[in-house]
Amino acid sequence: MTSDDGPAIRLATPPTRDAVLELRAGDAVCLTGIICTARDAAHQRLIALLEAGKPLPIDLEGQVIYYCGPTPAPPGRPIGSAGPTTSSRMDAYAPVLHAHGVMATIGKGPRSEAVRAALVEHGAAYLVAVGGAGALLAQHVEACEIIAFPELGPEAIRQLTVRDFPTIVAYDAHGGSAFATPSLSFA
Amino acid sequence: MREIPFETIADAVASACIEANRRLPDDVVRGLETILAFEKHPTAREVLRALLENARIAVKTGLPLCQDTGLVVVFADLGQDVHLTGGLLEDAVNEGVRRGYREGLLRSSMLARPLDRASNTGDNTPAVLHVRLVPGDTLRLTVAPKGGGCENMSATWMLTPAQGRRGVVHAIVARVKEAGGQPCPPLILGVGLGGSFELAALLAKRAAVMGPIGEPNSDPELADLEAEILEAVNATGIGPMGLGGATTALWVRVEFYPCHIASLPVALNVQCHSARHQTVEL
Repeated sequence: MTSDDGPAIRLATPPTRDAVLELRAGDAVCLTGIICTARDAAHQRLIALLEAGKPLPIDLEGQVIYYCGPTPAPPGRPIGSAGPTTSSRMDAYAPVLHAHGVMATIGKGPRSEAVRAALVEHGAAYLVAVGGAGALLAQHVEACEIIAFPELGPEAIRQLTVRDFPTIVAYDAHGGSAFATPSLSFA
Repeated sequence: MREIPFETIADAVASACIEANRRLPDDVVRGLETILAFEKHPTAREVLRALLENARIAVKTGLPLCQDTGLVVVFADLGQDVHLTGGLLEDAVNEGVRRGYREGLLRSSMLARPLDRASNTGDNTPAVLHVRLVPGDTLRLTVAPKGGGCENMSATWMLTPAQGRRGVVHAIVARVKEAGGQPCPPLILGVGLGGSFELAALLAKRAAVMGPIGEPNSDPELADLEAEILEAVNATGIGPMGLGGATTALWVRVEFYPCHIASLPVALNVQCHSARHQTVEL
């Protein structure tokens, strides 16, 4: 995917803080490296562990979290269809995770003002991938391993090794937004 | 009286689940190509191209179009002269979903108990089945896997007669704006007009998943309403994935039913661009 003014920015993941601070809303960004999936149920568990002061099964520092619950991998492929789910359902959890070092999240759709404020406060970014393009996005996943909560099935936390995974910066760390309607009024 | 065995239904549903999840219907592909021809927003164009490419990759690789392979909604038009043998229709449909989702490596997204996150049924059953008795001796099944993201943005309103047509258009456009990029626009909007609280919602779902995109309503007044809603929704500028553009919706379809003199029930079923459905006739 290309942006309005040229080819995509290449971002190694986990990214450095400086690299995230350079991103601007509307930039096309291709990710190469390690990211982790987590959606509703995994977030509930992570927050419960944090509140209980217990150790987490993943290190949040520097992490890129992809809101995704893939389909089962066919033989010979690392993953099934693997597009983003609606991010706003994770809005209740995201500020806490950013406070614990999460550098970026990937999903689809606008989010709450509280999430945007957390991105600015912690120097993080929110990226979107094309929703409903799970077959295409799966072509950019080279490896997939369940690393926590396997009992949650599609909602388990998976570590993905991605190459040139196409995203767009929806909210940057400076308050910028790429959405036609900047954030959710009801969230 | 014509007999249709349990196994025939289960096999048909299993195949339809797999096919629906891998192949974007031709009318949806044409719809995406049509809006790409006039969309000018650069990001929107990239998104639309990605969606068309995704449809090609899904067919080529056998991967599902979307990782959310949905809750399976089945519309069954059952001929009155059909005798089902070997078991119940509902069990046959669920057996088909079970096999289709396992064999097709489709995602299991159903919780047995809505408040228990750990109660995934593991085979995407049960389906939501709507049966209608019709004349004849055939069974027509439309299998429509429905994603959670767009279903979540659907709504039902009990408007007053005074709100009328303007109220209908306003409620729908406001809802689409509120949803923004969350339900994966470009959308297909199914509108249920009239009936009762529960029937309006069912009409809206039927309107969202049945019938071809690009074919206006045979009722001129409803065709005009569809066109007005489509224009108003596309004027919001939300665009594909909410990132701006003139193509927030692919199509609007309205189904209606008579209603009480005191009421104006209206329902909106929001369908994402991955408008998957397969119809089989047994």
